[in-house]
Amino acid sequence: MLLPLAALVWRSTDRGGHNFWFAISNPQSIAALKLTLIVSAIVVLLNAVFGTIVAWVLVRDDFRGKSIVNALIDLPFALPTIVAGLTLLALYGPKSPVGIDIAFSRYGIAGALLFVTLPFVVRTVQPVLYELDTDMEEAAASLGASPPLIFRRVILPVLIPAILSGVAMSFARAIGEIGSVILISGNLPFKTQVSSVYITGLIESANTPGAAAVSVLLLAISFVTLLGIGGIRRYVTRHDA
Amino acid sequence: MRSKLSLRLVALCYLAVVLVGPVVMVFYRAFESGVGDFWRAISDGQAAHALWLTVLIALIAVPLNTIFGVALSLAIVRRKFPGKGLVNAFVDLPLALSPVVVGLALLLLYGRQGWLGPWFLDHGVQVVYALPAMVLATIFVSLPFVVREVVPVLREIGDEQEQAASTLGANGWQTFRRITLPAIRWGVAYGVVLTAARSLGEFGAVNVVSGRIQGKTETATLYIDAAYLDFNQKGAYAVSVVLALISVVILVAMSIFKPKEETA
Repeated sequence: MLLPLAALVWRSTDRGGHNFWFAISNPQSIAALKLTLIVSAIVVLLNAVFGTIVAWVLVRDDFRGKSIVNALIDLPFALPTIVAGLTLLALYGPKSPVGIDIAFSRYGIAGALLFVTLPFVVRTVQPVLYELDTDMEEAAASLGASPPLIFRRVILPVLIPAILSGVAMSFARAIGEIGSVILISGNLPFKTQVSSVYITGLIESANTPGAAAVSVLLLAISFVTLLGIGGIRRYVTRHDA
Repeated sequence: MRSKLSLRLVALCYLAVVLVGPVVMVFYRAFESGVGDFWRAISDGQAAHALWLTVLIALIAVPLNTIFGVALSLAIVRRKFPGKGLVNAFVDLPLALSPVVVGLALLLLYGRQGWLGPWFLDHGVQVVYALPAMVLATIFVSLPFVVREVVPVLREIGDEQEQAASTLGANGWQTFRRITLPAIRWGVAYGVVLTAARSLGEFGAVNVVSGRIQGKTETATLYIDAAYLDFNQKGAYAVSVVLALISVVILVAMSIFKPKEETA
């Protein structure tokens, strides 16, 4: 596992630092990276909000078919990403039966990323919420706090580390995602081309050093994200004890 | 009470729009013109070969990752060795790394101009653009799952029973088979299910290292991509449905094997 990565880093610089810089600073590469980071950030924020709501409903609410809904959350983990991309195209593509066509647009990319990163926040928040006793909320309510205030002052502070760690995992996943994005994005340079698809294009046109350079950049971002997740985990375990 | 209902509504609508709607639509498209058409689409030579290749790769990658994953988990939890912290951190890397980057890294190592590629070629083994590289890519991206599921279980059960077994004269293998393995079997099973899901669905890394030779190194996911771009939407939807059905089976397996405190 380390050997391939070492080869990657080595090859990205074997034509000198100048070429490395050139490969990652050309406009198309920058546009792809910018798009990747911005769309990923938006998607992750949306999932932080909706993921928390879904987790809340799954833990505190009770309705028929809840266990099925709970199992469905894992669907994006089980479904091949290319199939996920195709499913979104089937419903929200050119021949959409509901009249929404987001194919070949940035909304399409966002939709695909929302789909594949959906489980992360739900699955990190759910266990914490489940462990959380309702005593404190009841105490707050009996002291006259309104539901929004209780949520903000009592529940949210406990959930924040879990939400953040879910967000970091979603973000790492989103910036590297290719399977679900490749069909729906249309891969238009400067418009809907994300970094992972851009790298694939470079490899296919035999520009290996360029692909290696952009890959190293993505690798660095992944690494920082991983460190962030590790940091959150350490913080949580320290404060648990 | 009203706020509770509206929250439920928001959550379910969100899931319907993002998750359920699209999946239902693919099934509809695949069976739109009857089961016969669907059957013809997946038994077409190229599609059938792609599906078979995907299954074959999974059949190689999953057992290897299971054995290796359990061994690595045991090493991480039970042994002390230099660089353990680093190993622990690197295990999670494939989860955060773009599969495209993984594919490229393998290409650069085992390719014609890579560090190891020429040696393998001299010995008559074609790694890149052939099955070995595709299996390697799949192993790489699905590596963390077994480890991540087994490590917490090993930590939780502790090693008293193992020590007791060895003081009673059991050798290492007996202790593992009679004491450790039964205790971790559900964790292993859940990890295997996740590994299988990832292996069957891998696209980005395999896309790079396979060369996508039709009828040779084209897996099911690559076939879907190629067929869709080729205006063979019927074929793309049909193979997607096959993979989606496998996912449903995997999903059911997941809800059975999932550690109990999470299911609640």
